[in-house]
Amino acid sequence: MIVTTEKLTKRYGDRAVVDEVSLSVRRGEVYGFLGPNGAGKTTTIRMLLGLVKPTSGSARVLGEAPGTPRALLKVGSLIEGPGFYPYLSGRDNLRVHAARRGVGKTGVEAALEQVDLVGAAGEKFRRYSLGMKQRLGVAAALLGQPELLILDEPTNGLDPAGMADMRDLVRALAAQGQTVLLSSHLLGEVEEICDRVGVIAQGRLIAESTVEQLRGDSQLLIRADPLEKAHVLIEGSTVHGDALHVREKDAGVLVRVLVAADVDVREVRPLRRTLEEVFFEMTGAA
Amino acid sequence: MGSVKAELLRLWKWPATWVLIGVWLVMTLTFGYVFNYLALNGGTNTRSMSQQQLISAMQPENVGAAVVRGLPMFGGAIILVLAALAVGSGYGWGTWKTTLTAGPRRVSAMAGTLGALGIVVVLLVALTFVVNLGASITVASLEGWDWSLPGLGVFKALGASLLIAAMWTGFGVFLGVVTKGPALAVGLGLMWAIVTENLLRGVGSLLGPVESLTKVLPGGSAGNLAGAVGGSGAPGVLTDLSGTTAALFLLGYVVVFVGAATFLKVRRDLV
Repeated sequence: MIVTTEKLTKRYGDRAVVDEVSLSVRRGEVYGFLGPNGAGKTTTIRMLLGLVKPTSGSARVLGEAPGTPRALLKVGSLIEGPGFYPYLSGRDNLRVHAARRGVGKTGVEAALEQVDLVGAAGEKFRRYSLGMKQRLGVAAALLGQPELLILDEPTNGLDPAGMADMRDLVRALAAQGQTVLLSSHLLGEVEEICDRVGVIAQGRLIAESTVEQLRGDSQLLIRADPLEKAHVLIEGSTVHGDALHVREKDAGVLVRVLVAADVDVREVRPLRRTLEEVFFEMTGAA
Repeated sequence: MGSVKAELLRLWKWPATWVLIGVWLVMTLTFGYVFNYLALNGGTNTRSMSQQQLISAMQPENVGAAVVRGLPMFGGAIILVLAALAVGSGYGWGTWKTTLTAGPRRVSAMAGTLGALGIVVVLLVALTFVVNLGASITVASLEGWDWSLPGLGVFKALGASLLIAAMWTGFGVFLGVVTKGPALAVGLGLMWAIVTENLLRGVGSLLGPVESLTKVLPGGSAGNLAGAVGGSGAPGVLTDLSGTTAALFLLGYVVVFVGAATFLKVRRDLV
């Protein structure tokens, strides 16, 4: 495991912002940390980076205590937007960050190249578009070839093209075997990129599994006439309005059974819950 | 070492650093030489400074006193603003977050900031000395005075200048950390350096204990040290304490300000 937390908790007064969160991130995976705004994602991430001290519980990052130099030097992070000096160029900002991480000039240029910012590296940071700022943030996170990349809402404020660029960048990093912990409230983003997902709501981790497991078994929707007869013929089916739902089996077999029984089959299609539906079910319940 | 290098790089390329240093150099030239030179050559001398006093203030051999006398109040305020901006701005820009997740311990990150600010402040004092020396030699040559370079005593004045500058730097850093922003830190710092201590000195003429207190406050200690090493004739320069006592108070303030700022930086959550 690259990251593990055990009942990690942060309280401000009586309010638990993060409440006994136990999660684990495996080497080589893209882990989606999913939750609505204010759910406790950023506070959890800040605790993993040592910026915020937990009230109770524990965490290990690459086998080290969070916030120690040994842990931080193996982690690259972008938290709630990039923090850079507005009067410096993108390249100089990276040079400043690289000096703190003990990374040389070559590392800076490589990071700029990785996020496709070489052409604009000489421009002042304050003149960058939001997308360029986010990419520079990712470049800073990549300095020193970290074992773990923590990206907190990396597509926040980006236009659709910028979001797509960022997703492509994360995908490319994942393809190179980079472990990524990606926090987001954008379900499509997580569904597209992540291998496993942790869902947090009101400070509590309410689910942790693969996206597939989270969605649950897929089902078939069948519209047939007469519906009651089809319902009797197909074991385990449930009636939803003018259709049947049944756990996904061989659709061909089901159709043959119905046709053989003189039932008209009007529609058969897979019925899959989206991550969005699952998310709202979970966070609504929480 | 990496932290000092990083901070130095960003302070070096920060326009605010050079604007503040430039403003200070213009001020020290204007008030130390330009006005005195004009007064000497036909101005209306309402401060009843004798010609000899004006000449003495501009002599190259007295350049040490010229450097140190500006620092207790106006030079100190400029240094405080620089330090408060350097530390406080990091909260708004989010650069503290970037710094503290880069790798070094928080103490090292803070030491890097303090070290780089220290280098900038040493440079400021050195530039002040060079510019003052250049101005004094220019005036002496123009006026045809017999002049000589400052003696070894100048190191005492420069040492005092550095200690005063260190105290104001520490004060600015402390305010930047406490207020977590540049605006309030600068506002409070300037209020203290230029207004509050002067008001307290005014009250001190009515209340004995307050008068004693004002002598050892940050600005008062700085003024007393400047006064002890020969600085005179500038706002904020005092002669109530011995040089050693004033220096010890200043050292104490440096330790307290830097220690408290570092403690807060290490202990507080960065949210």
